[in-house]
Amino acid sequence: MATTHSQRLGRWVLAPSLAVLSGWAFVPLVIAIYFSFLRYNLQSDNTGWIGLNNFYYFFTDPYFLKNLINTVLLVSFTLATTVIGGVFLALLLDQPFWGRGVVRILMISPFFIMPTVSSLVWKNLIMHPVFGLFAAIQTYFGVLQPLDWFASAPLLSVTIIVSWQWLPYATLILLTALQSLDEEQKDASEMDGAGPIAYFRYIVLPHLARPIAVVVLIETIFLLNIFAEIKVTSAGGFAGNLTYLVFSDLNDSNDIGEAAAGGLVAVVLANLISYFLVRVVGKNLEA
Amino acid sequence: MARKQPVVRTLFVTVLAWIVGLIMFFPIFWTAVAALKTESDAYTLPLNWLSTPWTLENFGIVQDRSNYALYIRNTVVIAFLSTILGLCFAVPAAWSMAFAPVKEPSISWSGKRWLATIFLTAFVVGLGLYALNWDLTNRAALGLGALIITTVPLTLWVFSRNTTDALLWMLSTKMMPPAGALIPIYLIFTRNGLVFKDWGWIDLTEWNLMDSFWGMVPLMMLLNLPIIIWMLFTYFKEIPDEILEASRMDGASLWNEITKILLPMAVPGIVSTCLLNLILAWNEAFWSLNLTNRYAAPLSFMISEYSSPEGQFWAKLSAASLMAIVPILIIGWFSQRQLVRGLTFGAVK
Repeated sequence: MATTHSQRLGRWVLAPSLAVLSGWAFVPLVIAIYFSFLRYNLQSDNTGWIGLNNFYYFFTDPYFLKNLINTVLLVSFTLATTVIGGVFLALLLDQPFWGRGVVRILMISPFFIMPTVSSLVWKNLIMHPVFGLFAAIQTYFGVLQPLDWFASAPLLSVTIIVSWQWLPYATLILLTALQSLDEEQKDASEMDGAGPIAYFRYIVLPHLARPIAVVVLIETIFLLNIFAEIKVTSAGGFAGNLTYLVFSDLNDSNDIGEAAAGGLVAVVLANLISYFLVRVVGKNLEA
Repeated sequence: MARKQPVVRTLFVTVLAWIVGLIMFFPIFWTAVAALKTESDAYTLPLNWLSTPWTLENFGIVQDRSNYALYIRNTVVIAFLSTILGLCFAVPAAWSMAFAPVKEPSISWSGKRWLATIFLTAFVVGLGLYALNWDLTNRAALGLGALIITTVPLTLWVFSRNTTDALLWMLSTKMMPPAGALIPIYLIFTRNGLVFKDWGWIDLTEWNLMDSFWGMVPLMMLLNLPIIIWMLFTYFKEIPDEILEASRMDGASLWNEITKILLPMAVPGIVSTCLLNLILAWNEAFWSLNLTNRYAAPLSFMISEYSSPEGQFWAKLSAASLMAIVPILIIGWFSQRQLVRGLTFGAVK
């Protein structure tokens, strides 16, 4: 077991990480709280204490409700597609077939593409109403007026791009989890006369329950903060989420106070979710 | 146990998997095709991409137009420096939590302790303000004082946790949405806030972290530090304690134990941790788009410049995209299996 000597040393070498991380966690938070109570616009010198009015302005902003709904829709649609698709793809990739390594690499690639690249490539090369690939497919099938994706369905377009980026993540995690499934359980269930559906329902799904929970929670954390996909495709007006609203409070109206208040709302939302994540992850941790 | 599969079934699975894989990869493939075409051919791609001539001119144009070399240099500098800096913090921390865990919290916090700590901090801060002769109507002084009075007790609380709690707490810092930190970081970086404008005794007129490596590298390190520590921790946990104990029996010092036994065994783990951090830093977009615009701007910023209407030349956009993603795509292909535990905080291995 660890000696007292190494334990004392352990405290000291852990300290720098804890110090910088608590600085990162607490200092911005305190500053945000402070500024959320100020009337402070970068374009005027008229600053002062205005109590909770910034929160009031933020909540009554017509964009708040819209963007909150967008956030929920974006997160839930993407979660649904990536988790269901991820289970399917993981089951597929778990089978033996020719060229498994190559297919695995093809399938995982979108996850390594930076968000700005995938947004612009999808928006211009694929979803463009005249020259895009989808338009070409539609024209091929005789549609005269191909769908203008970002004009008529901005939120759906953003959701498709984000799902394309995150499907590989879910697949990779679930595939790794599947491969740790004991092969003998399959033999045993077959001997007991279970068909593939019963095997999936009673052996595979329970085995995947925890990885799926982890995927859902971690993806939620990241999906709440989707920003580049919305900014770069200029879909902010129609498909903006809460992160984008805070950004536009700062960038377009230069309103530090309201942006700080909005940021705090986002912090509270994210913390509600992370509370559950920490519990799930903490469950199998013996330090 | 490997069983024999009917050939028909394998064939069916092969065809299905290849179709799905190719569909997922198609946008990347399509980008590569468009990058190798002339600008006018890029627009007519879906119909006759095989019959139009191939060209490499776009890559040169991207370099001339948007100074690709500058952006990739910035990306590499930010990604590598933040990784190295992160390792300096994370290796000792992960070692400490894996091999010298603290079971009992060192302070049990009660309401009385909290109050006492806060009052004591406030008293010390008050003394400091008095000694520095700061005007108490000066908002800067009060703001700084409030900052210290709130963060010091919270930091003390973090420090007194036992190891399990500390790990989970580190994980929870990763949950902080960037939207919440945007305003404070923006104010700190631009020195534009009321609090930061006028400190009286420190001259901050030259202070500008906006669009500089001094701002981006530590920020990127902080963003990924919880993930690095967690990933390293799970790798260190797999090294059996007995080996270290045996070396201790043979009279190895702690330093030798760490450098001669532990670190060589942990090299694969450290390498895959570095790769994950490189990928995350390379692809980071939120802070890059908000805090950089010229000197320290990374590749994700360069690509975002192509979103403006006058920049919509597809062949150039595709060439620039390809140049931005290929290095990290290759790293990703090699490290995909090891990424899982970092990306799930060790919950799935």
